Amino acid sequence: MVKLTFVGADGRTYPVDIEAGSSARDAALCNDVPGIDGDCGGVCACATCHVHVDSAWIDRVGRLAEGSMESELLQFAEGATEDSRLACQIALEADLDGLVLHVPAQQY
Amino acid sequence: MATLANESLAPELDTPQRVSSIPLEEIDVSRPSLFQNDTIGLFFERLRREDPVHYCAESAYGPYWSVTRFDDIMAVDTNHKVFSSEAKLGGIAIEDMHRDQSNLELEMFIAMDPPKHDAQRKAVTPAVAPSNLLLLEPVIRERAAEILDSLPVGEDIDWVQSVSVELTTMTLATLFDFPWEERAKLTRWSDVTTAIPGSGIVESYEQRREELIGCAMYFKDLWEQRIDKPGGNDLISMMTNSPATRDMPFLEFLGNLLLLIVGGNDTTRNSISGGVLALNRHPDQYRKLREDPSLIASMVPEIIRWQTPLTHMRRTALEDTEFGGKRIRKGDKVVMWYLSGNRDETVIDRAEEFIVDRPNPRHHLSFGYGIHRCMGNRLAELQLRIIWEEIQKRFRFVEVVAEPERLLSNFVRGLTRLPVRLHAH
Repeated sequence: MVKLTFVGADGRTYPVDIEAGSSARDAALCNDVPGIDGDCGGVCACATCHVHVDSAWIDRVGRLAEGSMESELLQFAEGATEDSRLACQIALEADLDGLVLHVPAQQY
Repeated sequence: MATLANESLAPELDTPQRVSSIPLEEIDVSRPSLFQNDTIGLFFERLRREDPVHYCAESAYGPYWSVTRFDDIMAVDTNHKVFSSEAKLGGIAIEDMHRDQSNLELEMFIAMDPPKHDAQRKAVTPAVAPSNLLLLEPVIRERAAEILDSLPVGEDIDWVQSVSVELTTMTLATLFDFPWEERAKLTRWSDVTTAIPGSGIVESYEQRREELIGCAMYFKDLWEQRIDKPGGNDLISMMTNSPATRDMPFLEFLGNLLLLIVGGNDTTRNSISGGVLALNRHPDQYRKLREDPSLIASMVPEIIRWQTPLTHMRRTALEDTEFGGKRIRKGDKVVMWYLSGNRDETVIDRAEEFIVDRPNPRHHLSFGYGIHRCMGNRLAELQLRIIWEEIQKRFRFVEVVAEPERLLSNFVRGLTRLPVRLHAH
């Protein structure tokens, strides 16, 4: 199992556990974390699982790859920044145990 | 194209038996009458089962591929490097853009590939992004309340004209900060943009061209009034003040305006009408909604799935490619039938049914996926949520009292008339 914490736009924290290999999107949806929609089913097609990776973790998670589908989608998301990722594209392996992700106010 | 106009006159009874006996290669799901008669579902059901990536060699729109399963549609929609939206290659609907000289060669970002698409879309996105919608919500609610309060209880009225058209037109006028008394023009231009001659909306492509030029001239005036006046958060001010859009050539200016008008009009209008029809066809679901109004949240995306207000989007293959066991060649027209994918039982449980508390209701194709995914999707949901919250406050039952009439179109899945009677609490 991998542990991670989602921080809501209102500052509330949601610690969750999920099987290694799952995506951060699935971790949020399986644990009813509010604010992650994930409309497309987790296949990097909609940008409704937008998260900001905590600054302490961004290097380990990795930044958006330029020219990727993920970056093409996120360019239209409201409030996207350098630390933005799609949660469906973050695979939770043991090296990300303890990860902190910030959920934006709304998904779009 | 004259055949299109006459086709609806031909008697045609599509029963499941008849549809199952047509040779596969003769199936042409582009015929607008199939949508007007609402028998198209029989054809899609067969294609999904027997030939999910189907080639139609001859149609009024030339040869085309139909992609009918949910996952295949998702795969085409997210592969814009192979499947192009470019207007000059034909654009985004089964009927080619830039088809002949009587058609305006409109340019709009929905019918562009990156990088131009990206810059233009970014310029107008903030108008319909969630933070701007928070500002719009009270205005839309006030207008929805006024519309519903003006309706007579116990009399037969047309829901399409009285509510669906009114609310979407008012919202659009708000988004554009359009002269209020003239807002009916927006509805007209929206209808004209997607109309085929003979549908009862325009008589010819020449008429369409003339009316759209009139639209452009009208907006050009508004544009000139708002240019160099920063700060406006209406769509015209955003376009005049963004470097990506302010110096657009005329046909690009008109194209993008029409995109925003059609995108925000037909689609939501028909979802507002479709929701009333869906609840009447599924009385158990209407009962559930009455008992628990909080179900509006999951009902709204379910309405958008069930109605699928745009039946399809089209792409053009940029290279030879294998897809679904078929050989698609460079230049081929590929149609993603969202209406069919939204009825795909392998992805959506009891897909034919309207279920107000469906789990995961936003997992539908009506907004498309990938870089062209509907920019106004949250605004559409907002309008539907507000109208249903206000309906539930006022009326126990919006009763459909006669069969609806449907639009003759293979692109907009529309209701032109929906007779209802309102019952108060």
